[in-house]
Amino acid sequence: MKLAVLSGKGGTGKTTVAVNLASSLAEKGEKVLFLDTDVEEPNAGLYLKPVLEESLPVTIPFPEIDQENCDYCGECANFCQFNALAVAEGVVLTFPELCHGCGGCVLVCPKEAIQEGKREIGVVEKGWADSIKFWQGRLNIGEPFAVPVTRYLKNGLADVQEDIVIIDAPAGVSCPVIEAVRDSDFALLVTEPTPFGRHDLELALKMVDHLGIPSGVVINRAGKNNDLISELCQERNVPILLEIEFSKLLASLGSIGVPFSRVLPQWQDRFWGMYQSLKEGCPCAS
Amino acid sequence: MRIGISAASKDLDALLDPRFGRCPYFLIVDTETKEFEVVDNPGNMAGGGAGIRAAQAFLQLGTKELVTGQAGPNAFEVLVEGGVKIYQAPQVKISEVIELYKNGDLKQITTPGGRGRGSR
Repeated sequence: MKLAVLSGKGGTGKTTVAVNLASSLAEKGEKVLFLDTDVEEPNAGLYLKPVLEESLPVTIPFPEIDQENCDYCGECANFCQFNALAVAEGVVLTFPELCHGCGGCVLVCPKEAIQEGKREIGVVEKGWADSIKFWQGRLNIGEPFAVPVTRYLKNGLADVQEDIVIIDAPAGVSCPVIEAVRDSDFALLVTEPTPFGRHDLELALKMVDHLGIPSGVVINRAGKNNDLISELCQERNVPILLEIEFSKLLASLGSIGVPFSRVLPQWQDRFWGMYQSLKEGCPCAS
Repeated sequence: MRIGISAASKDLDALLDPRFGRCPYFLIVDTETKEFEVVDNPGNMAGGGAGIRAAQAFLQLGTKELVTGQAGPNAFEVLVEGGVKIYQAPQVKISEVIELYKNGDLKQITTPGGRGRGSR
């Protein structure tokens, strides 16, 4: 089963929920693969403290011009929607930071004068956090495209044997999130009972509906304003699977990098219970 | 002399558009006869790399003289490689820009302006 944890709004507790779920399930004997797909700021490792054994470079292609064979016809520059090439008199200029790596210029060049070079934009790191298999992506600072790193990270999922893959997604509802969440069996939407939480939960709900992924909601920092969220969930017919109350104890444990379910066994049981209900309710779960 | 000017609209009363990459039009003006043609700047609609797209289009217009406000680093590189001389003019009417050019009152730009200043 592939379970994506996302939120729309940043700072609602995606990582908190993802690491507590992972560690509760591992504690109960499930084989867990944890994926931190928040490649611009991967920080689940601060809680799970993995030992990273492998670091694999992620590269994207960019055009390299063979100036000998080029006749400066301009087809490549004309084709490129991202303006990563320009043809001046007797020279082709390339702008690798604008290149999305589609390879179109190579195909349209009538002189076969373009080859693909490779540029490293980040890494995928793999290791273990005790019994949890842990993978994360890391985008180099200043690089504009997160998606290739996420895609590379998820490429390995075809062969995994684990019972459950927990995908910690980035905030927002744009391309990197969609890449992280697509093909998941279930989307766990973490929110908080504030107008911001509700607003961005609506966006996230629209996104997972569009992707055709069944979803349920976790209310973090739950309290007297829960109606803000439960009204929306009722309207949209989405179940609320778990409420994590606004508590100083939970916050303090978070602030020192401890998943609270590790020291509060009742939480381990609650995360386990939520997982069981998901497995029963989700036809695609194995 | 035929010169290209980044313009906010389509005639000699138009104001010069100080943004090279994102200006809507290039006016190609004959400084003697005041005859001109209007060319859409494809950089205006580009998602990214507007300056590069604009410069690429400008190179195809067959003039090596450009008057604008500023050109960003990418546009500047393409224009200079293409042998274009870039002059800086204030945001005044195109008809006045032509006079400033003819009187030799415009300074040539020899360093690029800020990146992405034309972003909307």
